[in-house]
Amino acid sequence: MAGPETPELAAAAEAGGADLVEIGFPFSDPLADGPVIRRAAERALEAGMRTEACLENLRSIRERLSVPLVPMTYASLLEAYGWERFAQDARAAGAESLIVADLPVDVRPELERVQLVAPTSTNERIALAAQRTDGWLYLVTVAGTTGARTELSPALSPLVERTRALTDVPLYAGFGISTPEQAAAAAELADGVVVGSAALLAAEEGPAALERFVGQLRAALA
Amino acid sequence: MTAETYGEYGGRYVPETLIPALDELEQGWNEALADETFRAELERLGERYVGRPSPLYETERFAPPGRRIVLKREDLNHTGAHKINNALGQILLASRLGKQRIVAETGAGQHGVATATVCARFGLECVVYMGSEDMRRQHPNVERMRLLGAHVEPVEFGTKTLKEATSEAIRDWIANVESTYYLIGSCVGPAPYPSIVRELQAVIGREARGQMLDAYNRLPDAVVACVGGGSNAIGLFAGFVDDAEVRLVGVEAAGAASLGSGRAAVLHGARSSVLADEDGQVLDAHSISAGLDYPGVGPEHAALRDSGRAEYVTATDEDALGAFHRLAEKEGILPALEPAHALARALDLDAELILVGLSGRGDKDLAEVLGH
Repeated sequence: MAGPETPELAAAAEAGGADLVEIGFPFSDPLADGPVIRRAAERALEAGMRTEACLENLRSIRERLSVPLVPMTYASLLEAYGWERFAQDARAAGAESLIVADLPVDVRPELERVQLVAPTSTNERIALAAQRTDGWLYLVTVAGTTGARTELSPALSPLVERTRALTDVPLYAGFGISTPEQAAAAAELADGVVVGSAALLAAEEGPAALERFVGQLRAALA
Repeated sequence: MTAETYGEYGGRYVPETLIPALDELEQGWNEALADETFRAELERLGERYVGRPSPLYETERFAPPGRRIVLKREDLNHTGAHKINNALGQILLASRLGKQRIVAETGAGQHGVATATVCARFGLECVVYMGSEDMRRQHPNVERMRLLGAHVEPVEFGTKTLKEATSEAIRDWIANVESTYYLIGSCVGPAPYPSIVRELQAVIGREARGQMLDAYNRLPDAVVACVGGGSNAIGLFAGFVDDAEVRLVGVEAAGAASLGSGRAAVLHGARSSVLADEDGQVLDAHSISAGLDYPGVGPEHAALRDSGRAEYVTATDEDALGAFHRLAEKEGILPALEPAHALARALDLDAELILVGLSGRGDKDLAEVLGH
C-alpha cells in the first residue's frame, strides 16, 4: 500500500527476491479486499494518501527499484482522476501496467491493464481477458476476497488448465496465497505467484521482516 | 452480455468473480418476467401475504390550507414498509435459481426484516449484514430479524452503517457465489439489480396512478418521495414518469444528498452520483434516518436528475422530525423518519394536489425520535 515507508519496504521486497511489486492505491470501499488490505487502505487514507500522493510515492519507489511496479486500485480513483490521464500519469511515474480490481474485462476495454480471471469465469471471458491483458493474466485462485487461506485453493488447478488451453500469456496466481508451501504449490501450476495480505502483515514488522518473508517465498519457488 | 446502463450511469464495476453470477441473475430475471406463473405467484403473494394494494389516504389536518396531500400507505404493508415488495419478488427469483442461502445488507433494518421475513416464509438460510451503529439506532428491527430466524452480522468498521454493511454483503456474495443469492435492498448495485428492484417496486406507482384517477379523476400535480438508495421513489415515480405534467420530486437527507451534492463516482458496483471527494474516495453520509444514511444512490435517479425529469431537494433532520410529529399529532400516523423527509418538503411544495410516498411506519424510530 502506498505510503511514506513504502519505498523502503518495496526495496526490501526486491532485495528478498520479488520479481514484481504491486503498489496499492487505497480506495475507501475496496470490494475485492479482505480485512488486511482493507485496513491498510483505511490507514493509508487516514495518512492522506490520495491519488497525487500515490503517484508521487510511485515515483520515489521507481527511483529505488529496478523490477516492474504495478499499481493496484479501484475504478472510482480513475473515474475521478480521468481514466486515460490516470493510466498516462501512472506510467510516467514508473508503472509497468495497472490492476483495477473492480473493472471486469468488458468494462472500459480501451484502458490497457492486467486483466483478472476467476474460477467462475467462462472460457469465453478467459479468452477475451487473455487477448486484452497487458503482459500477464492475474488468476484469482478463489471465489472470495484477498487474504490468507489455510490451504491452496483447489480451484486453481482447473482454472490454470482451462486458461492454458486458451492462451500462451504468462499466468500469475493470487488471492489466498500466504505461505512458502502454498506459493510453491501454486508455482507448480502457474508461472508466477502474487502474495498480498501476508506480505502486508510482514511489512508491518518492518523492512527486514518483509525481506525475510519474501526471501522465504523466493526460496520455496527455487 | 449487455449490462444495462442509465445514460452514463449504472453498469457493472465489480470483481470478475461476480460477472457470471450477474449474467445468471439477468437471464433468470428475464425468464421470470416472461413467465406467467411467476408473475401470478408474485401477484397472489402480494395480495394475500403483503396486503396489496396499499390504500391511498388523503390527510385531513396535516396539509396546510390550499393544498391537498395524499399518502400512498406503504407503511401498512406486512413488515411495515415498501421493502417487502422487493424482498418478495427477489426471493421468488432466488428460489427459481435454486439458491439456498440469502445474504442482504440493511440500514434502517426494514430491508433486513423484509428479507428475514420472506426467508422464513420460503425456508431459506438468511444472513443480514448491519452496521453496528445502525444496530444501536434500530434495535427493535435487530430483534425482529433474530425472531424470524435470521443471523444478523454486525459490521464494525468504517462508518458502521449501510455503506459498510453493503460492502460486506457483497464480499460475502463473492466468497459464496455458487450457493448464495444476494438480495439487494435498493435500486443500487451492479446491473441488473437496479432494474430488478425498480420493476418490483413499480407496483407502488402503478397502483397509485390508478387510485388517483379513481379517487380524483386526475393525476397529482406532484409526486414526492424520500431518496436514500432510492427504491421507494423509483417505484412511485415509475407510475408517473411518462406523464410529463406530473412533477417528480425526490427528497434526500441534507447530510446524505448524493444527488444534490455528489459527483460521478463508482460505489458498490455501479457508476452513479456519490458523495465523494475529488479523488473518488467515498465520504461519510450523515442522517438521523438510518435508511437515508447512504452516500450513493440508484443510477436511474442520477439519470433522471441530469435529464431534468425529476427534481431532487433536501430536508434536514429537524425538518423530518417536525413532519414526523405533525403527522402523528394531526393524523394519528407515525411515519418512519425516511418518508418524514418527503412529508416535510410536501408541506412547502408549490403544488395543489400532492402525492407522497409514505414508505414505512415509524415504530422502529421511536427511540431516535424520543432522544431528540
